[in-house]
Amino acid sequence: MTTAASIPAIDFRNVSFALPGGNLLLDRISLTLGEGTTTAILGRSGSGKTTLLRTVNRLLEPTSGEVFLGGQNARDRELIALRRSIGYVIQEVGLFPHFTLERNVALVLEAEGVPLDKRIRRAHSLLAAVGLDPHPFALRYPRQLSGGQRQRAGLARALAADPPILLMDEPFGALDPLTRLEMQQMMRTLLRQFKKTVVLVTHDLDEALYLADHIILLDSGCTIANLTPAEFLHSAQPEVRAYVHAFRRDGLANPTPGPAVSEAAS
Amino acid sequence: MSFLSQNASTILTLTIEHLWLTGAAMFFAAAIAIPTGIFLARSPRWARPVIGLANILQTIPSLAMFGFLLPLPWLGDRAARIAIVALTAYALLPILRNSYAGIRGIDPALVEVARALGLTSRQRLFKVELPLAASFILAGLRTATVTCVGIATIAAAVGAGGLGELIFRGVASVDNRLVLAGAIPAALLALAADAALGLLERWTKVPSA
Repeated sequence: MTTAASIPAIDFRNVSFALPGGNLLLDRISLTLGEGTTTAILGRSGSGKTTLLRTVNRLLEPTSGEVFLGGQNARDRELIALRRSIGYVIQEVGLFPHFTLERNVALVLEAEGVPLDKRIRRAHSLLAAVGLDPHPFALRYPRQLSGGQRQRAGLARALAADPPILLMDEPFGALDPLTRLEMQQMMRTLLRQFKKTVVLVTHDLDEALYLADHIILLDSGCTIANLTPAEFLHSAQPEVRAYVHAFRRDGLANPTPGPAVSEAAS
Repeated sequence: MSFLSQNASTILTLTIEHLWLTGAAMFFAAAIAIPTGIFLARSPRWARPVIGLANILQTIPSLAMFGFLLPLPWLGDRAARIAIVALTAYALLPILRNSYAGIRGIDPALVEVARALGLTSRQRLFKVELPLAASFILAGLRTATVTCVGIATIAAAVGAGGLGELIFRGVASVDNRLVLAGAIPAALLALAADAALGLLERWTKVPSA
């Protein structure tokens, strides 16, 4: 299993992270995420999901252990280049209020010195890809958008430099259920279209089942499950059952696992 | 009214002198305090001592400040130098505090995204932090300017000129017309500076969502 083709896109090797006070947020996490796969990270608030995500683009450096990206230690990569090769989407979106959408979306390209006409063209095509018609949206400011539209723009921005890795931290958590559903459907389409390695932090089991190939359950900074969606739903492991039960207590929802199920079966 | 026509050119000269003293001081204060404020925002553990120091400068009575600077070697040679240094010292605090607070006050999500996008620290400063903090920094500049236009009248006590000269002369000769001839233009200058910088401040303000 160690042929060149199977070098994992992201490989956490014994990653721990402790706050200066000694509080351990990640406890020797080891995980490999295959290229082009989508991995959902579930867990309670404070279980270390976001912390783990942030070690990938080195917003946080592990206190011990390493993160390897495509077989290379993230620590050995030049920080700016590393971050530009990783898309990042967060719940608050973080669109810059003083820039138009096209400038927001193309900011990484601007930072890299890509010529104006080229980066504007790129911004327009990305806006269209996430369902925002460049006319009129390209010249709008973030304050003129709804929450869902902002999140779309945030996604377009994360894709601007065509990064092989996409980190998403509860991207749809602040949206109303209908908008969230639309976004998840769009996301699934986009994931099929662009082969990205995606790490998706979420609270939403349905979202994980719908979008991910693998589901990881974290608790107190430890990995307690690493399963496919189908396995996750039918797991006998008490922590996993508790998590599934929390979503299924009304017995009404009927989960529709994502593309992963067929892959898992094959 | 013959008083005005007799003194018009003096008033004008002194007004220009006044503007020059204040303007030069504001230039130096901004050149010192804005970069320092940016530095403090990035290394907050220095913020308390440095802002504290600027705060102490602010509490020195202005007449005393001019007095302290008088015997200093190079400064004492020219009264205008003393005035500019003293005014600069007074202008530091509001500009420093607002630059610091303006940058620290930027939504942390924006700062995080700017880092995650791979902006260099320079790009972060010029593309994100300064534009978003600009109206704050200008507000500090505005407070400092209005204060300094007022304090600059006292610079006449050390012979630095400016509109204070008319006020001091008026007080000495118990001539209210002279006092007013200094005080009114000084007040108008302060109001004009306040209005102009206020306009600039509003213009750079980024509307929130």
